[in-house]
Amino acid sequence: MKISDLTELAARNLREALLRNSLTTLGIAVGVASLVAMLSLGVGLQELANKRLSSSGLFDAIFVGPHMNDRGFGRPRAQNASAPASNAAATGTNPSATASASSGGNADAAAAGQRPSTQASSAERRNEERPLDEAARQQIAKLPNVQEVYPEIRFSTEILYDGNPYMTMVAGIPDSARNGGAFDGMKGSFFSSPNADEAILQIDFAKQLSDNPDSLIGKEITLRYAERQPIAPEHPESQPPPGSAAKPGKMKTASQLEGANGSADPTDMSPGFNVIPRQEKLRVVGIVTTEPAAGAGAFGRGRVLIPEIPAEKLSAAQQNDLRDILRGRSGERTFATLTVRMKKPADVAGAEDAIKAMGFSAFSLLDATKNLRLVFAVFDALLGLFGSLALIVASLGIINTLVMAILERRREIGVLKALGASDRDVRKLFFAEAGAMGLLGGIFGVFIGWLIGAGMNFGTNIYLQRQDLPSIQVSSVPLWMAGLAIGFAVGVSLVAGLYPASRAAKLNPVEALRYE
Amino acid sequence: MNSSEGLKTNSANGFAIRTDSVSRHYHMGGALVRAVDGVSFEIRKAEFVALLGSSGSGKSTLLNLMAGLDRPTSGAIFAHDRNLAGMTADELANHRSHTIGMVFQAFNLLPRMTLEENVELPLRLAEVDRKERATRVREAIARVHLEARLTHRPTEMSGGEQQRAALARALVNRPTILLADEPTGNLDSATGDEIMLLLREINETLGMTIVMVTHERPRAERFAHRLLQMKDGKLISDGAPA
Repeated sequence: MKISDLTELAARNLREALLRNSLTTLGIAVGVASLVAMLSLGVGLQELANKRLSSSGLFDAIFVGPHMNDRGFGRPRAQNASAPASNAAATGTNPSATASASSGGNADAAAAGQRPSTQASSAERRNEERPLDEAARQQIAKLPNVQEVYPEIRFSTEILYDGNPYMTMVAGIPDSARNGGAFDGMKGSFFSSPNADEAILQIDFAKQLSDNPDSLIGKEITLRYAERQPIAPEHPESQPPPGSAAKPGKMKTASQLEGANGSADPTDMSPGFNVIPRQEKLRVVGIVTTEPAAGAGAFGRGRVLIPEIPAEKLSAAQQNDLRDILRGRSGERTFATLTVRMKKPADVAGAEDAIKAMGFSAFSLLDATKNLRLVFAVFDALLGLFGSLALIVASLGIINTLVMAILERRREIGVLKALGASDRDVRKLFFAEAGAMGLLGGIFGVFIGWLIGAGMNFGTNIYLQRQDLPSIQVSSVPLWMAGLAIGFAVGVSLVAGLYPASRAAKLNPVEALRYE
Repeated sequence: MNSSEGLKTNSANGFAIRTDSVSRHYHMGGALVRAVDGVSFEIRKAEFVALLGSSGSGKSTLLNLMAGLDRPTSGAIFAHDRNLAGMTADELANHRSHTIGMVFQAFNLLPRMTLEENVELPLRLAEVDRKERATRVREAIARVHLEARLTHRPTEMSGGEQQRAALARALVNRPTILLADEPTGNLDSATGDEIMLLLREINETLGMTIVMVTHERPRAERFAHRLLQMKDGKLISDGAPA
């Protein structure tokens, strides 16, 4: 029999015992709804977690710091290291003047990016800390698929508002955070431009400033901070000799001094930098309830958020400035960490390796993400299993309905066979009826499941609203899930129809025609 | 006998149906029932044969064997020189679809379908094109004079009309053999005669072989070319009506 005729006959048969078939279909719908509701909860929670983590910039970000040196302050380690040539050299980067100085005469080779020939020089170069400065930032920014590279800017400050001082932390926020989701549901708006003299306050800090935090939007606050101003070197003669990779005008580092003289000469250290109190007026444009400046790239919490570009221009003294003084790098500013944002999470691993090869420490939370996905996969599987149980029970309804149909339509099956229907035709007819019930039940079930999910979202958000928390979506029914659930319902229904269809096909036509 | 034997051509050509010591035995409550027991006969093409006998004589079982609804326990049964005993289930279904048309005492129309849909059913099973179906359905219904009842359901028709509808359904696939199992059994005398006249007309105009099971000897003698009498599963007489 042709598929069109089969479908038509199956639909006609289903319409015949409308109530019973409707109830069976409803049973399947309830089963599918249970499955969809369970899975939608799992998927919704996973999406929520992903979104939150994405908001924190954990998926597509690499956090770069200076190379870790457990001896501290760039001193060379024991000379027994047998590791391959320094990563900096391998990537063709200039491993800085300090390496040249400490390796004692190997400067030209190092500067040319050649592989050092001796084990000792290799170990020294590897252990030498490469400064995480603007040059490094530019080099990292040139890596493939890098979206942006920005330093962590976070400093202590005093905010003046309404004549009262408040100590807090300021954090620079890149403009890309605008679409990251971290500022979803904020009151007010994001910065009007990447250079705006504007601030977004974290809700806890805003509550310190005013009992009515929302009223702060549009108000002006004064930011008081310590500006770092480098002091020009007083001993030009202490510059590195010609041929060294060190740039003229730059101060020698501690390791340079050690490498050249055997020990650091306190008199040859950088004079440090001046700290000048400054203040800046900012307009509050928004209040945020989350903590966008928290996370792996910013271990402390920024309570006052300002655009990254003006934050950099402030040149505010930060915690790592002290380290720079001790390392004799007060002339050129270095960064405590850089955040490298990739175009997509898949680009993270390659870039992370490349950055490590440059001689910096780099880490991402890619592995943690993988584990999280694994946890959610198990969670989804369990939810799906429980949701499927109802569908399995519903499949018993299909078997019952079709077996009843065989009894009722025994004579009809006999007539069909007498008119030329093969066993296969009869089997296909019952299969089609089972499949149709599965399809209808599946579609209806997805709709009910979606309604349940929408109800869960609605209820959750009412509760969150009462707790003064932003809205979330705990349940999500993506298209693939709807398709999968309908397909599963049809599949289960066809399996349930196996026995009745086979029984109908094997019916003896002579006996069936005698049946009253 | 395997399926390939079913495709073999019988040497005895010119017969629509030929049985060769065909038997159908089955067990019922421990007893062996010889429903059909070593029956042999030939039915020529375009012959109108009445199969007579009392209840339980085996005539309906023999008809079912000819239809390919049942398989013989032993012997052979040929329809147009093809042995039904050796056919596969699918081949038998094909035989029922294309070679045989069946009419039953209880009409066996599907109650939820209209006359038109009931008549169309064998065409669906035979996978005839939808366009051709409509033509064939109209032709078959016109032959039994039920054009005015196209959209009526069986419950909306009289017994005679239902049997005519069943006849139209049996004819729609243009079979060469029409098997009728007590076609007038549920009808009054006048309506029964109408059906018999219709069968005769079909036999004469279409040259269709008709085998009719009946226990009404007078009617059989009036319409059939030949009478086969059965008793206790055996063929006890074979001859022209008196």
